[in-house]
Amino acid sequence: MTNKDYLDIFSELKGEEGDLIPILQRIQEKFGYIPAEAIKQMSRFLKISENQIFGVASFYSQFKFVEPGQCTIKVCMGTACHVRGSQSVLEEFKRWLHIEPGQTTDDKLFTLETVNCLGACALGPIVVFDGDYHGQMRIKEVEELIQKYRSENEKESDAVT
Amino acid sequence: MKNQVNAKHLEEIRAEALQARSANKPCITVCGGTGCHTQGAEVLVGVFREEVRKQGIEESVDIRITGCHGFCERGPIVVIHPEGIFYEKTKIKDVATIVSETIVNKRIVETLLYRDLKTKKRIVREKDIPFYNQQKRIVLGNNGLIDPTDIQDYIALNGYQALVKVLRDMTPEEVIAEIKASGLRGRGGAGFPTGKKWESCRSTVSDTKYVICNADEGDPGAFMDRSVLEGNPHSVIEGMIIGAYAIGASAGFIYVRTEYPLAVKHVKIALRQAREHGLLGESVLGSGFQFDICVFQGAGAFVSGEETSLMASIEGRRSFPRPRPPFPTQVGLWGKPTTINNVETWANIPHIIEKGAEWYSKIGTDNSKGTKIFSLVGKINNTGLVEVPMGITLRQVIYDIGGGIKSEKRIKKKFKAVQTGGPSGGCIPENMLDLPIDYDTLAKAGSIMGSGGMIVMDEDTCMVDVARYFLNFTQEESCGKCSPCRIGTVQMVEILNRITQGKGDEADIERLENLAQTIKTHSLCGLGQTAPNPVLTTLRYFRSEYLLHVKEKHCPASVCKELIEYRVIPEKCTGCQRCVSVCPTGAITGPRAQLHNLDPSKCIKCRACYEICHFDAIAGDAIIIRSKGRSADEQTK
Repeated sequence: MTNKDYLDIFSELKGEEGDLIPILQRIQEKFGYIPAEAIKQMSRFLKISENQIFGVASFYSQFKFVEPGQCTIKVCMGTACHVRGSQSVLEEFKRWLHIEPGQTTDDKLFTLETVNCLGACALGPIVVFDGDYHGQMRIKEVEELIQKYRSENEKESDAVT
Repeated sequence: MKNQVNAKHLEEIRAEALQARSANKPCITVCGGTGCHTQGAEVLVGVFREEVRKQGIEESVDIRITGCHGFCERGPIVVIHPEGIFYEKTKIKDVATIVSETIVNKRIVETLLYRDLKTKKRIVREKDIPFYNQQKRIVLGNNGLIDPTDIQDYIALNGYQALVKVLRDMTPEEVIAEIKASGLRGRGGAGFPTGKKWESCRSTVSDTKYVICNADEGDPGAFMDRSVLEGNPHSVIEGMIIGAYAIGASAGFIYVRTEYPLAVKHVKIALRQAREHGLLGESVLGSGFQFDICVFQGAGAFVSGEETSLMASIEGRRSFPRPRPPFPTQVGLWGKPTTINNVETWANIPHIIEKGAEWYSKIGTDNSKGTKIFSLVGKINNTGLVEVPMGITLRQVIYDIGGGIKSEKRIKKKFKAVQTGGPSGGCIPENMLDLPIDYDTLAKAGSIMGSGGMIVMDEDTCMVDVARYFLNFTQEESCGKCSPCRIGTVQMVEILNRITQGKGDEADIERLENLAQTIKTHSLCGLGQTAPNPVLTTLRYFRSEYLLHVKEKHCPASVCKELIEYRVIPEKCTGCQRCVSVCPTGAITGPRAQLHNLDPSKCIKCRACYEICHFDAIAGDAIIIRSKGRSADEQTK
């Protein structure tokens, strides 16, 4: 992460307070999270305190402050999914990964998240696993998805070494 | 004549597009809404293109990816025009058959047709399907006909004609009078008369004014705004330009949730195309009226849907609400007068201008005019988006359009409640299903219209658990400004947790009611004022369920995990091993054809075995869920 990266992100913007959220979104898009260094750089650019920036960033659920794992799992907790059993699906992910929503596994492979509603209610309970939508999730599928991703990942790392 | 308007190029585009869309030329449309998209609609379009090329007929057939058709349950949806033949759950392997049979040989592929739930007959045309034929699709109507990424499609279907009419023939005051006469009320939930809002903004003197489209659709289980933005973004943009002209605004924002990537993409494309066609910019259609719109992506806070919070978010602050008055129409974004309307409200505007206030005000009830889009989800057969005239009854929506309650294979399930208005709304029981839907009747029932989420629940849904779910949601999303909402909702969730765990007592119900009243009356914004609604309505209509939880530690819907246990009934178990194969923890064991054993210490109560056992016609109810608080002969499940 160099100064140039930040300059790229800040380009086209005027440096007004109203740019804060769009900048945070650009940084997160680029790095997957908001590094501490980024908050310093933004503070200089926008001429507002780091405190204020962190205050805004931590208010919104979109922004993360730790690097996410390789594969992000989003379990939809919308009402339609809830009445179709999404809580059990989430429990099952927690049981297999030994983490709570918002956390990342020690091997940095999986990050578990919950989302309020993906708006694809006909497919509930729905899970976004590594960017792919999996509708009408069955409990057993949780294990299958995790094991499949793990073994594919091992194969890849074997191929590299 | 009010303004000089140069709309000649629009006429040309329309003439050209209409010629290209000759009435008899077959057109394959594939639904590209998020529901179908996630089931592979985009791949499907590619396969269709490939197939028509292979069969050498690409010149004589159009292929179009369209906006959301609304019938998400049956996706991916393919409709063949001009006949309007409706194919459901279309797979890649069906493509070749559709092209050779329907397009080339003009024959219908029976197996892909929708089968009516009641008569079990196959239905050919989209408009004959009960899900569609009882709707009145004004806002959603064009979704299935146009490619949302192509402005030509929108223009071909009279798009931007209302704008031309407004700029050429109407003064801003006349536009406001027309909207007022139509009786349109805000579709975001509160139902404030739109014309009145505009009038107030117009009469505030200021050098700069703004319009905002509120597309921060945070209610879980509601997705109509997403569908309109994704499927017909130009209708929203046209509405906003008309609104901006009426109030005298020079800039607009579309505030859209970040969880809707496809909507963001389509809106951005649409804005670019509108600018290219002179519909936005320094002089809209050469009239001298200056206006432009930009997109602002929300960052995932439910409270941002409240108008003053939304503006704080655009200004780069935490979305905290502030007291009103002054209303945004007087002091809004950056202190300037601002009109904020919901997506659906904006999308209604062009239709009202085009067809007139008189036409519009004939639809609906005395105090609620026009149509409303609902997202019908939960334990219902036809999940999807429905647009119905105000005044239709809940029963018509749920049974006639929605096809009734989803049965689980051979077990027929009973309706229990319908939840409207999202986390701010309430649960309405069966005996109130004949209630005509409008802003006022729903409020009387203790619920609200809200943005239009409609979640159907059956007997397997525990009402205490549902109340806990919603309170948990509002508790997490409370911005923290007002203590009654910040602290009170936490207390309510704790009490509800206790009740669902079998640790509650009767005094807890009274405590809930007290807390609910305090939070309602002492919170600043709509989030806090309505947060207790799910608890209050479930207490009002399903009090007995709460009492069973606290007195007998019994959950009649067998949902609350601490109150139930799973058992295998030895006389019924056939030893088919289906439950063994689905059990994620290995709690059920047993060789084939012998009695299976369920180890309660390993069981995580995920319901997988119960559901698979019910699929089996022979074993049937070999696995039961029993209430810990009841003796064997009192068991119902």
